Amino acid sequence: MSVLEITDVSKIFGAVRAVDSFSLNVADGELVCLLGPSGSGKSTLLRMVGGFERPSSGRITIDGEEITHLPPEKRPTGMVFQSHALWTHMNVFKNLAFGLKLRRLPAGEIKDKVEAVLELVGLAGYGTRMTHQLSGGQQQRVALARSLVLEPKILLLDEPFASLDQHLRERLREEVRDIQQRLRITTLFVTHGQDEALALADRIVVMRDGKTEQADRPDVVYREPRTPFVAGFIGTMNLVEGIVSNGVFTRSGFSVPLAAADGPATLAVRPEALELTPSASAGQAKVHRVTDFGTHGLVDLELPDGARLKAMVGHPQMFSNGQSVDLKPTAIAAYRDNALIHRS
Amino acid sequence: MARTLAATRIDWVGVAFAVVLTIVIVFPLLVVGTWAFAEVWRFPALIPQQFGLRFWNQTLARADVWEALRTSLSLSVMVTFLSALICLPAAYAFARLKFPGRDILFFSFLVGHAFPKFGLLVAIAAIFLQLNLIGTFWGVVLIQLVGTLLFMIWIPVAAFQSVDRRMEEAARDVGAKPLRVFWSITLPQAGPTIAAAVLLSFVGTFYETEGAWLIGAPAVRTMPVLMISFINNQMVIQYGAVLSVILWVPSFVALLFARRVIGGGAFARGFGG
Repeated sequence: MSVLEITDVSKIFGAVRAVDSFSLNVADGELVCLLGPSGSGKSTLLRMVGGFERPSSGRITIDGEEITHLPPEKRPTGMVFQSHALWTHMNVFKNLAFGLKLRRLPAGEIKDKVEAVLELVGLAGYGTRMTHQLSGGQQQRVALARSLVLEPKILLLDEPFASLDQHLRERLREEVRDIQQRLRITTLFVTHGQDEALALADRIVVMRDGKTEQADRPDVVYREPRTPFVAGFIGTMNLVEGIVSNGVFTRSGFSVPLAAADGPATLAVRPEALELTPSASAGQAKVHRVTDFGTHGLVDLELPDGARLKAMVGHPQMFSNGQSVDLKPTAIAAYRDNALIHRS
Repeated sequence: MARTLAATRIDWVGVAFAVVLTIVIVFPLLVVGTWAFAEVWRFPALIPQQFGLRFWNQTLARADVWEALRTSLSLSVMVTFLSALICLPAAYAFARLKFPGRDILFFSFLVGHAFPKFGLLVAIAAIFLQLNLIGTFWGVVLIQLVGTLLFMIWIPVAAFQSVDRRMEEAARDVGAKPLRVFWSITLPQAGPTIAAAVLLSFVGTFYETEGAWLIGAPAVRTMPVLMISFINNQMVIQYGAVLSVILWVPSFVALLFARRVIGGGAFARGFGG
């Protein structure tokens, strides 16, 4: 059953349609990532669910109850902000207890709830600390705890790890995923980091210009991107513009059999799906640069017309700059007019 | 080696500033402070021939000094209170709301400080004359209120603007209504800087002379006005010096308060630092 239903929601700022007729249903306990570049409308959408922006049109319901025009304080949602937004004049306990006090809970119950949630986020005993005495990661945990302590129906996370370093980000996202699964709390998570989305989400909604490009499980979004935009945005992807003629895609000496009508097309090949074989003759491409990552290598290739491709190889030492190679894609997709025309 | 030389190099610009500041600020204060405790100090001696508290006793025995002190304190408290009452909601509106004419209205508070002040005061005095406010307590309150508008609008506006909107949104998110958000989040966050503005208004009002003299004299005499009349009418310099030292007390207390309670950063934030 859908807990959160967003139906045909738009948000217009002046001449800009930040969110454009967007619809999404989120199931109970599901973690959905809204993924997209800056300006794609994902944060605006989240803020509309939280009540901080009023939709220009459309409808938002939680558990079947319309909340479209309710102010934030009347919504059963809990928001974690990118900047933590902790109240610096209060200690950790008071930050967490503030919302509970507004609900007029007895002091003993407030204390128990705050201590339980601090334990949950790994900050037991930190209640008396002021927020400036905490590290960035601890501050973000307090922000998460502040939302969780109120047991919201929907947890909203607005790029919560964006201000943290890579190592901490990876650790915290695992912790958040653990907590979310333990509590089975329905979560809407905004990020522009594809790794974060792939690691966390039950479902990824890729957004562009306020609209959904694709909404699927992470593995499907990665392996079967429906548009060239999604193909290019998730993971590393070679996108090659070329011509299909008589069942063959061609671009500057590089050709691949492709079952599609004649005409222009964009070929999408993942670096790990591009096999290289050293060529004794001129070859289809030349090695431009080889990067050895230890476990694997990444080979930058140049087609005769200067177009660039990347290939992942198991033994980078087999290749050297300037070497001629032949290319053999093992999995391809092709797009025309922003639509998928071939996958094999 | 180069680092050591750089570290030990004398900052001549800094030294020059320190010397100039000492000459311009500390030296006159030192001279006035010395005069207040000098019973005999004749040229060309560098230090007084006789120290004593005779002039303190004489000054503090005067009823008009205590009356002026009471007047100054009650004026400063009243002006600061009214200024906060009028200006703080206005500052919040300037900081958070968009309304027609906002920018022009906001800059209009600079007008009182953009022209020679005395001319403005004379013009206001002419109006006050019609309204029978000359020589009245409330007349002085009104004229001194004008002088506090800049501090009490501009600094709190900066204070409210520097409060992170996400903090306020987070409070709404956990269930606080707008008024509760203002009371529990916005005001405590902006508090130290607003306290700095209140302090500046209080001290500024306490030392305000031109308005108090033009509108209040002779019926309403504040400490600075009394000090001027002492200096102008008495040949004994010590009376003026004693009053001057007494006048240091509020700013000294205010500075101590600012340092302990508000913190220097609040002033910097208030001025956009």
